[in-house]
Amino acid sequence: MLSRIAESLYWIGRYVERAEDTARILDVHFHLLVEDRGAEAAESYRTLLRAMGLPSAVDAMDGQAVAALLTHNDTFSGSIATSLTSAWDNARGAREVISSELWECLNVTHRSLGSWDRYGAAPHEFLRWVKERAAMAAGLVDTTMSRDEGWRFLVLGRSVERADMTVRLLSARYGERWGAAGWRVLLRCCSAHEAFLRRHHGMVQPSLALEFLLTDSTFPRSVLFALREAETCVVALSAAAGPDRGGDAGRVLGRAAAELSYASIAEIDRELGDRLAELEAACNAAHEAVTRRFFRASVPIEWSA
Amino acid sequence: MGDLLDRYDLAGAFDEMFAAAGEPRTPYLGLVAHLETLSRSDLDDRCAMRDRAFRDQGITFALGGEEERPFPLDLVPRILAARDWTTIEAGVRQRVLALERFLADVYGERAILHDRVIPHRMVVTSAHFHREAAGIVPAGGVRVHVAGVDLVRDRDGRFRVLEDNLRCPSGVSYVVENRRAMTRVFPEMFQSHHVRPVADYPMRLLAALRATAPPAAGNNPTVVVLTPGVYNSAYFEHSFLARQMGVELVEGRDLVCRDQVVFMRTTNGEQRVDVVYRRIDDEFLDPVHFRPDSMVGCPGLLNAARAGNVTVANMVGNGVADDKAIYSYVPDMIEYYLGERPILDNVQTYLLEDPDVLAHALARLDQLVWKPVDGSGGYGIVIGPRARDHELDALRTRVLADPRGWIAQEPIALSTAPTYIDGSLAPRHLDLRPFAVHDGESVWVAPGGLTRVALPEGSLIVNSSQGGGSKDTWVIADPLAPASVAPSELPAPAPEAIDCTPLERGRQDPGPLVAPLDQQQQQQQQ
Repeated sequence: MLSRIAESLYWIGRYVERAEDTARILDVHFHLLVEDRGAEAAESYRTLLRAMGLPSAVDAMDGQAVAALLTHNDTFSGSIATSLTSAWDNARGAREVISSELWECLNVTHRSLGSWDRYGAAPHEFLRWVKERAAMAAGLVDTTMSRDEGWRFLVLGRSVERADMTVRLLSARYGERWGAAGWRVLLRCCSAHEAFLRRHHGMVQPSLALEFLLTDSTFPRSVLFALREAETCVVALSAAAGPDRGGDAGRVLGRAAAELSYASIAEIDRELGDRLAELEAACNAAHEAVTRRFFRASVPIEWSA
Repeated sequence: MGDLLDRYDLAGAFDEMFAAAGEPRTPYLGLVAHLETLSRSDLDDRCAMRDRAFRDQGITFALGGEEERPFPLDLVPRILAARDWTTIEAGVRQRVLALERFLADVYGERAILHDRVIPHRMVVTSAHFHREAAGIVPAGGVRVHVAGVDLVRDRDGRFRVLEDNLRCPSGVSYVVENRRAMTRVFPEMFQSHHVRPVADYPMRLLAALRATAPPAAGNNPTVVVLTPGVYNSAYFEHSFLARQMGVELVEGRDLVCRDQVVFMRTTNGEQRVDVVYRRIDDEFLDPVHFRPDSMVGCPGLLNAARAGNVTVANMVGNGVADDKAIYSYVPDMIEYYLGERPILDNVQTYLLEDPDVLAHALARLDQLVWKPVDGSGGYGIVIGPRARDHELDALRTRVLADPRGWIAQEPIALSTAPTYIDGSLAPRHLDLRPFAVHDGESVWVAPGGLTRVALPEGSLIVNSSQGGGSKDTWVIADPLAPASVAPSELPAPAPEAIDCTPLERGRQDPGPLVAPLDQQQQQQQQ
């Protein structure tokens, strides 16, 4: 597969996942604060913006302004509109590799963005639509594409982004009073609340929630699950080139996954800040190693007489 | 009951659908009967359906910086009778074979020039005669892998060749996508016609490209489509062909030449490329030989082709054969190389280098059609009878300055067909571009081709870059040909009782049982 196309597929995976996660997170926060207008509103938004990589965002922002920023701002690279447009842009150059149905899904999504410009005071409809479109794209990836390199690059991008998002969401909350309510919000941001309740029957205990989001091996949005999925893709993608289990990228992802799966939750909890920083670094390092290995590999041309 | 055709006036040219007012031609009888059942709002509904489908699939084009529009497909198809198609097919095949021989000759022995059938200077003064291509012997002897031959129909209904396109003829993706859209928007129209399918074009092209790979490439040559990138106006087509052929769509930056071998950069390192179906013009293809400032080409590609390590399709330098002045010699080529009479005639064309011809042509400046010899896309054409005085004066100056750069042609009243414009069917002029694929053994002509329509009233310029539309082109299968069996002729399966017993509550339905194969066959024989 062409390196340029592989890179586009990887980014389609990342951008669609980013749009979906952002929609999920914003939906939870926005409605939570409508329900419960406490003094923590401002603090809660600050946390949200920190997770999105905007730590210094304006204090005076209210819910509407935050929603506008995260949904439609075309100058902010993390907004839903920018992510979906970038996914479309990458798909446009890779149309011959993705299935026509996936292309059509991304094309229609991109074209319809404009019609959502004024969703009025209720972003929920829009956010639900984004989640549905992302689910549709993910479903089409899984039902219309062969399990070949192309599919693996899409899933790799999706997994790296998912791990990264969950870690950032946890980091943003680090240092706060971690009440049960805060954990419930976090679980709901990852669509993990119901899965968690079924697993642990009832009460939301902070350490159990942390364990679930980081290391549950069956829930597809836990950090461990996403890291393992990314590792599987990298190893399979490298298989053709030689038995090195993915080189640097495989090593980084495998080590992070191993550390998560063999550490006790007490250990993780004790040094949570460091652990989260390490995980964030691992996601970045994995991204860079994937880029070096698959997208930029090239033998320089030598001119000879 | 609709009245869409009630006010249809013939425009004084050959009309594809009507022999005279109210008298449909035989191939159109079924279609006219169907159109008479439709009202304006029926057609508007289908138009909306078509536009949404094209937009959703991203089949759009931007005209002069405006926002992207869905590709303009007119919903009334153009029908070609089996007999007409037989002539076109044979004529296009003959022409492509003669042009192929001509190209091999001018970049090789130059026998046709030595024999003074075509003047030497006509060839060497052509803007698209590239000495860089001389002496290259392409695999399988094929330089014209794909040809698009533009045909028009004159007042008597005879098809004539207007021009040949042997460089990067485009539009074939619209042939396939138009058909796909029509079968979705108007399925009932296809019920009463046996239309020859067009969807296997990409497979035919792939087979031809593989057949003309360098012999060293072995049984499984690597084919790629080379595109200038997503901003090219034909990008949709490049992507379409790569997708339908299942090959990589590469840009110049994905390719690298080392030791006269072409490679593409992949996730598993560099992979050798054997055939490049390029959709980049000669001038931009290889900065080593042509424009050094080209950013979209692949440096070294032509040397790799010369070394016999890669097939470039279509070959560099083909433009000399579709030069509009060389065009007037194609009938001579057919006789010279093939010893045959041309099946399809040219349009009467005047070469202006002879001072007498030039003087005569200029005297009829306002009656002839004037074309720059190396133009394409309809740019630069002046239609004498419709030009204003100051345009004619400017034209005269330019022609006198460069007589080799222009040809003059007798005007042809392009045939018309009913086209849906602003709520009614009106006659619009059209042409036909059939696509031919040459694999070294034979020339295959895709049944139909792209029918382009000039949408403004009275206009003769059909190019999509100038606001032209298109029609789905139907070649009606010859009822005598053994080719394939129409679905309606297949024996109908014997009706069988269907088990409609409702499921008990709480029981799951595993679906109907499939009969074992031998049992099915027995049932069909009964």
